[in-house]
Amino acid sequence: MRVEIRPQPFAPWQEVGDYQERHLARGAFGASAVFVGSMRDFNRGEPVRNMALEHYAGMTERQLTQLTEEAVQRHDLLDALLLHRIGNLRPNDPIVLVATWSAHRAEAFTACREIMEALKTRATFWKKETLTDGERWVDGNTPG
Amino acid sequence: MQPAYPFTMTVHVKCFASLRQQLGVDAIDIEHRFDMTVADVWQALSRQPPPGNLLCARNFEYVDFNQSVADGDEIAFFPPVTGG
Repeated sequence: MRVEIRPQPFAPWQEVGDYQERHLARGAFGASAVFVGSMRDFNRGEPVRNMALEHYAGMTERQLTQLTEEAVQRHDLLDALLLHRIGNLRPNDPIVLVATWSAHRAEAFTACREIMEALKTRATFWKKETLTDGERWVDGNTPG
Repeated sequence: MQPAYPFTMTVHVKCFASLRQQLGVDAIDIEHRFDMTVADVWQALSRQPPPGNLLCARNFEYVDFNQSVADGDEIAFFPPVTGG
């Protein structure tokens, strides 16, 4: 299992491939589920130029590790990978990567979704958007 | 011999995101009497009532406003989270 907060852009598909190659035994898993969340160039009807992602150093890492460990144990996963950006993002930049591996598809699908939903509701991140005419804090998540 | 009164303790307070900007406070140490709750920490921080959607953490765990705090604790206040 790996959980990381990244201050620099990352390439999610490369990360998944590299992690699987290094950490998953060939033939051991029958399912891998991947979710990638990326930055849009619009939100609530307005164009968004940039976004700053802030976190609570110390707390956020603990939360991400805890919620990923919970999902791994609850669904008997073989492994899980979670990466989340902080810092200044531009449209199309990946924000979050969740990858799960299991023997059968149900566990990988369910755990991947659960990790994302737990992260959205619990993990201490905050987004501030730069619009064409100023800045605004995002005040809540859109429903999944 | 009577000890000096009042006893005081120090808590480390952090604010995040829009709340940090509104209060103009990033991190601050607050001294207070020993029987202190998270709500007391907020009152020491701001004269305004806490926003209805305010969240708080004690030593990196979410807590309610009536949670007691101890000397040396880190108390954080922040708006709803928006990661992912």
